[in-house]
Amino acid sequence: MLTTPDELTLTCPIPINDYPAVLLAHGGGGKLMHQLIEKMIAPAFANPLLDARHDSAVLSFNGTRLAFTTDSFVVRPLFFPGGDIGQLAVNGTVNDLAMSGARPLYLSAGLIIEEGLPMETLWRVVQSMQQAAQAVGVQFVTGDTKVVDKGKGDGLFINTSGIGLLEHDWVIAPRSVQRGDAVLLSGDLGRHGIAIMAVREGLAFESEIQSDCAPLWELVQHLLNAGIRIHCLRDLTRGGLASALVEIAEAAGISLALDEERLPIREEVQGACEMLGLDPLYVANEGRFVAFIEAADVERALSSLHSHPLGVEAVQIGRVIDGQPGLVTLKSRIGAKRIVDMLSGEQLPRIC
Amino acid sequence: MKFIDEYRDAEPAQQYARAIDQITTRPWSLMEICGGQTHAIVKFGIDELLPQTLTLVHGPGCPVCVTPVELIDKAIEIAARPNVIFCSFGDMLRVPGTQTDLLSVKAQGGDVRMVYSPLDAVKLAQENSTKQVVFFAVGFETTAPANAMAVYQAHQRGLHNFSLLVSHVLVPPAMEALLSSSENRVQGFLAAGHVCTVMGYTEYYPLAAKYQVPIVVTGFEPLDILQGVYMCVKQLEEGRAEVENQYTRSVRREGNPHAQQLIREVFQIVPRKWRGLGEIPHSGLGLSEPYAEFDAEQRFGLAEQHVEESSECISGLVLQGIKKPHDCPAFGIRCTPERPLGAPMVSSEGACAAYYRYRRIQLPEVASLTESGFTQQHPERSAAAPSTTTSTSSVSAQDAPPRAVEGRFM
Repeated sequence: MLTTPDELTLTCPIPINDYPAVLLAHGGGGKLMHQLIEKMIAPAFANPLLDARHDSAVLSFNGTRLAFTTDSFVVRPLFFPGGDIGQLAVNGTVNDLAMSGARPLYLSAGLIIEEGLPMETLWRVVQSMQQAAQAVGVQFVTGDTKVVDKGKGDGLFINTSGIGLLEHDWVIAPRSVQRGDAVLLSGDLGRHGIAIMAVREGLAFESEIQSDCAPLWELVQHLLNAGIRIHCLRDLTRGGLASALVEIAEAAGISLALDEERLPIREEVQGACEMLGLDPLYVANEGRFVAFIEAADVERALSSLHSHPLGVEAVQIGRVIDGQPGLVTLKSRIGAKRIVDMLSGEQLPRIC
Repeated sequence: MKFIDEYRDAEPAQQYARAIDQITTRPWSLMEICGGQTHAIVKFGIDELLPQTLTLVHGPGCPVCVTPVELIDKAIEIAARPNVIFCSFGDMLRVPGTQTDLLSVKAQGGDVRMVYSPLDAVKLAQENSTKQVVFFAVGFETTAPANAMAVYQAHQRGLHNFSLLVSHVLVPPAMEALLSSSENRVQGFLAAGHVCTVMGYTEYYPLAAKYQVPIVVTGFEPLDILQGVYMCVKQLEEGRAEVENQYTRSVRREGNPHAQQLIREVFQIVPRKWRGLGEIPHSGLGLSEPYAEFDAEQRFGLAEQHVEESSECISGLVLQGIKKPHDCPAFGIRCTPERPLGAPMVSSEGACAAYYRYRRIQLPEVASLTESGFTQQHPERSAAAPSTTTSTSSVSAQDAPPRAVEGRFM
């Protein structure tokens, strides 16, 4: 019996009539996922650090600022062209730290292993994690393993958390974005998502599409060392470029204008998207980020990004303009303008 | 990207727009049949380049949108049964039936799978002999050959655990239904290029003659659509009502005879209910007598049902081109892609979804990124005759229709 106001407030904030059960779309990086986070999860834990809504939380201790983040990795297949779940698990968390401008230092690993997973597969993943960590200069300093019954997991799930150190005084977060800021993109779009889909669905292309999975700290470090006035960084994951930009526009209360012609998309990715009826703006990346920077610093920022192998295709794709807060627009290739919105869930291939 | 970028080039697009502007002397309403064309028009903002006297109305060519809700309920009923693997193209999964949708059936334990080809479903039937594998066969003439092939192969292989839930529809009868309606305002058609790739375009001759409408077989890229509009307006201005082919790189007059033969072998023409439009005679495909055993409705003994659709949803009027999506009071408020009242808000080809995704609000001036940042500009509407020639297209607004962009696409 509900009698006290406290009990009444325990009513589930996601209307049960709409979604009596969790759908896959609730994890697709689109509106349903945001609804789940914004209406149920974030309010339950609300505090100023969480409310900053950034890739990692920035914690201050006597003048020292640390970034802290966590991410879980579920991918099928575990090994794909250009990477594997182990690399993803390291780079994903390293990238979330880097997006606060933090040097990644320490990671934790939680492995949830399905009974029956070949030991050799697990060993390959562990080795891959070790190599990826070594490449970025981070250490796994704590961890946990669990084994679940066969059929209760998809081979292997990994969770990693990370701690990084901020070696500057800037606040690199959505709230620092300003009107007039330039928006840079560090490389081509959609390659991770299409690489995974190609393997999963048995789609063959003339040349194999490799995931863009990569650690982004060095690129961020290049920008920091060059003294670029970085206001916000965001790596592109589920939901692709479009979702990342809409998230920032909403969190920062600003409006963005993009130029479609400037978006770097590889021919084979574009081809796969055309064939499947997908929009590359919403396809996942695992080694790309957008940077909101002071407009006067664009040239220097681009040349410092171009000097790193991961940033050779970096380009300005738009800027922060006067306009409706949260609105992202794009000038189409033929010169007209349209909205860029977040999708409900994942993109579904069309009929014809 | 080769064979795509050429058809999305800003300069020839602006030239086509100017050429259309120059030949247009009166208001005209054109309908693009296919949802893929609607999507391209809204996504690229093609209509914004056209003279204001020219109206593009969006046609019924979205297979997801016109599939009747009764059939979606049947799909849901089958998918929820044990020992069934229910296969569908991706964008049917989110379409609401009266109570729920296929994705929710999946979340509750139904074996619902997204496939890229009906032949994948045949393969699943072979690999899962103790289960019934059902493929949701929706679509226009474009998807009919592959679906026919799936049934044909299942028959050849003696698979008794494969069936189709069929909701195939045909374009020409729907066009005739629109044209014969007293509310019709369509004066010219952009016919669906991919449908004609299969069927050719001879079946449009009687329609063009009887109703005195120009019909231009048109592709899906911005320059295709602009060229199709140009050809259609030119006919209207010159008082012609002919069938022309803009999409020559893909469509032949006779279409694909092998595909047509397969369709005739496996399917027969039946009356079909269209969501929002009602039943149209001879407007659908059902399994023919020799292949009737592959009919999922028969196999699962599903009863006929009649379902009332949301009274607030005006999708019928949208699908007939009588209303635009944003004319609907529920648009973007009580009807969104997350909580759709009708199918056109769900499918990526649905007109309502395209308007919601790309046009929810009135946009300010076009901004363009230049080396020094963004500057304000408007698409040029200069009266000067374009004469620029690019490597892939040449446009002259003087007289010759811009029969540009040759190249092999498929």
